[in-house]
Amino acid sequence: MALDSKVPKGPIKDKWTDYKNHIDLVNPANKRHIDVIVVGTGLAGGSASATLAELGYNVKAFAYQDSPRRAHSIAAQGGINAAKNYQGDGDSTYRLFYDTVKGGDYRSREANVYRLAEVSANIIDQCVAQGVPFARDYGGLLDNRSFGGVLVSRTFYAKGQTGQQLLLGAYSAMNRQIARGKIEMFNRHEMLDVVVVDGKARGIIARNLITGEIERHSAHAVVIASGGYGNVYFLSTNAMGSNVTAGWKIHKKGAHFANPCYTQIHPTCIPRSGDYQSKLTLMSESLRNDGRIWVPKKMEDVMAIREGRKKPTDLSEEERDYYLERRYPAFGNLVPRDVASRAAKERCDAGFGVNTTGEAVYLDFKSAITRYGIEQAKIHNIKNPSDAKIYELGQAIVEAKYGNLFQMYEKIVDQDPYKTPMMIYPAVHYTMGGVWVDYNLMTTIPGCYCIGEANFSDHGANRLGASALMQGLADGYFVLPYTIGDYLSGDIRTGKISTDTPEFEAAEKEVSERINFFVNNKGTKSVDYFHKKLGKVMWDKAGMSRNATGLKEAMAEIKAIREEFWKEVSVPGTANEMNPELEKAGRVADFLELGELFAKDALMREESCGGHFREESAELDGPQKGEAKRNDEDFAFVAAWEYKGEPADAVLHKEELEFNDIELKQRSYK
Amino acid sequence: MNLTLKIWRQKDASSKGQMVDYKVTEISEHMSFLEMMDVLNEQLVNSGEEPVAFDHDCREGICGMCSMYINGEAHGPDRGVTTCQLHMRMFKDGDTITIEPFRAAAFPVLKDLVVDRSSFDRIQHAGGYISVNTSGNTQDANSIPISKHAADEAMDAATCIGCGACVATCKNSSAMLFVGAKVSQYALLPQGQVEAADRVRNMVAQMDLEGFGNCTNTGACEVECPKGISLENIARMNRELMKASV
Repeated sequence: MALDSKVPKGPIKDKWTDYKNHIDLVNPANKRHIDVIVVGTGLAGGSASATLAELGYNVKAFAYQDSPRRAHSIAAQGGINAAKNYQGDGDSTYRLFYDTVKGGDYRSREANVYRLAEVSANIIDQCVAQGVPFARDYGGLLDNRSFGGVLVSRTFYAKGQTGQQLLLGAYSAMNRQIARGKIEMFNRHEMLDVVVVDGKARGIIARNLITGEIERHSAHAVVIASGGYGNVYFLSTNAMGSNVTAGWKIHKKGAHFANPCYTQIHPTCIPRSGDYQSKLTLMSESLRNDGRIWVPKKMEDVMAIREGRKKPTDLSEEERDYYLERRYPAFGNLVPRDVASRAAKERCDAGFGVNTTGEAVYLDFKSAITRYGIEQAKIHNIKNPSDAKIYELGQAIVEAKYGNLFQMYEKIVDQDPYKTPMMIYPAVHYTMGGVWVDYNLMTTIPGCYCIGEANFSDHGANRLGASALMQGLADGYFVLPYTIGDYLSGDIRTGKISTDTPEFEAAEKEVSERINFFVNNKGTKSVDYFHKKLGKVMWDKAGMSRNATGLKEAMAEIKAIREEFWKEVSVPGTANEMNPELEKAGRVADFLELGELFAKDALMREESCGGHFREESAELDGPQKGEAKRNDEDFAFVAAWEYKGEPADAVLHKEELEFNDIELKQRSYK
Repeated sequence: MNLTLKIWRQKDASSKGQMVDYKVTEISEHMSFLEMMDVLNEQLVNSGEEPVAFDHDCREGICGMCSMYINGEAHGPDRGVTTCQLHMRMFKDGDTITIEPFRAAAFPVLKDLVVDRSSFDRIQHAGGYISVNTSGNTQDANSIPISKHAADEAMDAATCIGCGACVATCKNSSAMLFVGAKVSQYALLPQGQVEAADRVRNMVAQMDLEGFGNCTNTGACEVECPKGISLENIARMNRELMKASV
């Protein structure tokens, strides 16, 4: 089957407007007879549920949490981009579009990204109208800040809790529709399969996580908004419950899965402290504005620090290797996320990691504190200030900028980052791959849509800061509500979809059998045992840097872990009760399949691209020697995989990417 | 370190619960409290027993999911943190730690340490929103300037994560810190003014209906709130309610 992206014809700036002018509409009286299921109620699913209900459709929304307010969108810190040009610094729809395509290493779909940039300004207006308390300046107007990879200030923010406030905005819009009876909310429910009738998505099978009851729900269309799958690595910055299940189930029923190997590795996370670690905590990227990153130059100093014989502050400037400043003099500590992450791993792999696990580099604020301190002394007219006074003045400035992050670090690591450098290490953060969708956000299953992080379309191989929130809300508030109407206009005479059909029966039976298998399997190993084992293979062989040999090994090893899992997994408790171990078992079973497809996709992509360094594809000489080498000639395509049973048998479909409005260029940060 | 845990076990909402003793060994002081619970659960699963059910998710202190009552305090002995940010260095080798679910009539226990906080959602359904269409046809965001002071204050109120520590801590199981925070956020912003009177009336009525108690100005909620939501929000809610009633 050929992939049809359904990108409208015409100049890029007119595509979305022309499209909206020509699609079929559903009249308001008919919307009342149409049901839509939305799985996941974070930024994308929450905003979609509220808007579809507002339009008049009957929405059934599903969340595995006790409330939509718990979705992991809530943890996003930095901000949301929008091409408002409030600062008058030259921003425009085109520039946001350009930065996003370039930042994504030219592996996203131009038309989708342009539309995203186009609706971005609306998002801010909408959220402000809903009472989202964005930061304001003293004149009462909205404040902006800048993020990595761009030259303008277009990031809107609410302290370090932008994701929280945007999610609560979408949640409040949902609440209004729940009160009106237009959204029926199913909390603590997990979707375990999609039901396809006559080739169209017509419903889902869900499990009530309190009672264990298996339920059938029908609708005229199904929207998947279930977030990312970074937890395939076990350790990531994702919430513990974040999973791939909804996306994977629709994949197994016919939705192609695109670019599974595109994962963002974030450079500034708190390092792992031991084998018991359950997840990783992100420190905002904004810290790199003032922190200098280094490791000791000499191995004997590394050993002395690890053994506690020396402190980092004992080392002089000359004894430190500021490796980002050394390798990338133009951008220094502010190189993009993928470059900073790879460089940290390179130093740690060479043995220079500074903590007991050997997986940490220093992020040092000493220079910034001194610089701010001297400046403050001048401002306050303090003559000949002592070092202590300079430090005190400088520390106050750093505290005002990053106080909450420093406090969070101190709580976790039990060290005062004002006095000793922070330790950081890269961690898995966001997945740019996901379910393949066309311009309408429809998957390869008619009537089944996929939005937000769960789809693949907008970020390419690397995501710029402050663009994830933008995509989630753009899809949910402003894109899907139009595109789904075009499809649903064909359903105004269909009437209620019955759940009493062989298709629902078969899907329910399959789900029940799997659950019964888990609770009856008398295995000897916990679900976490397998998840950790999978995560280790993923990180070691399909992580930030990869090679063909390692990826082939990873595929075989994951298959072996999967086979052992189905023999040896032990799930205590029963099916008909709240059973968190059973929930985890189902999710890890899906990760064990996705993980193998992930490695297969990475093996096929013989180029370094975005956050992924393919060891065989590096620049061999010239000014970029040793840096990642992209291969536009052979790999400027979306890899969409079709399910054929075993992940190793998945069939590749290519959507060739066309760049008509942006020239493909090498990214250089030297 | 080695610890004795006294944990509330309850099969489901209708069963009777009881405290059960467990031992955990080799707990590192660097672990979070939830990682210590993971160790216990791994131990239970390996011996074929049912692990202790507890709510948790982001483990970054922001989703509001974790809800343990530790040694008689919501989220345990540290200040300004949720249970996921509580670290084992707050405890000593040989300690006995009592772990219970949040206790309030409006938060019924579902299993072990998991409670049902949907009453919070129903209070929000009663008016915790601004009635604006999600059409994207709203006016430009800068067309209504908002003073930095008001925006910052609204943001402080909006910081509430809905964890319910205020309810669990209050001797009356009052939800007024939670409701006050939401009422305040909208009361401080021009966008929320139009329906302010209905909002506060409806939210307070729903709060009473759910079985939450009243505030008697003890202030324990503010002390235990992981996000430092201030009592001023309760005062503001009362003023708003008064305004709406005259």
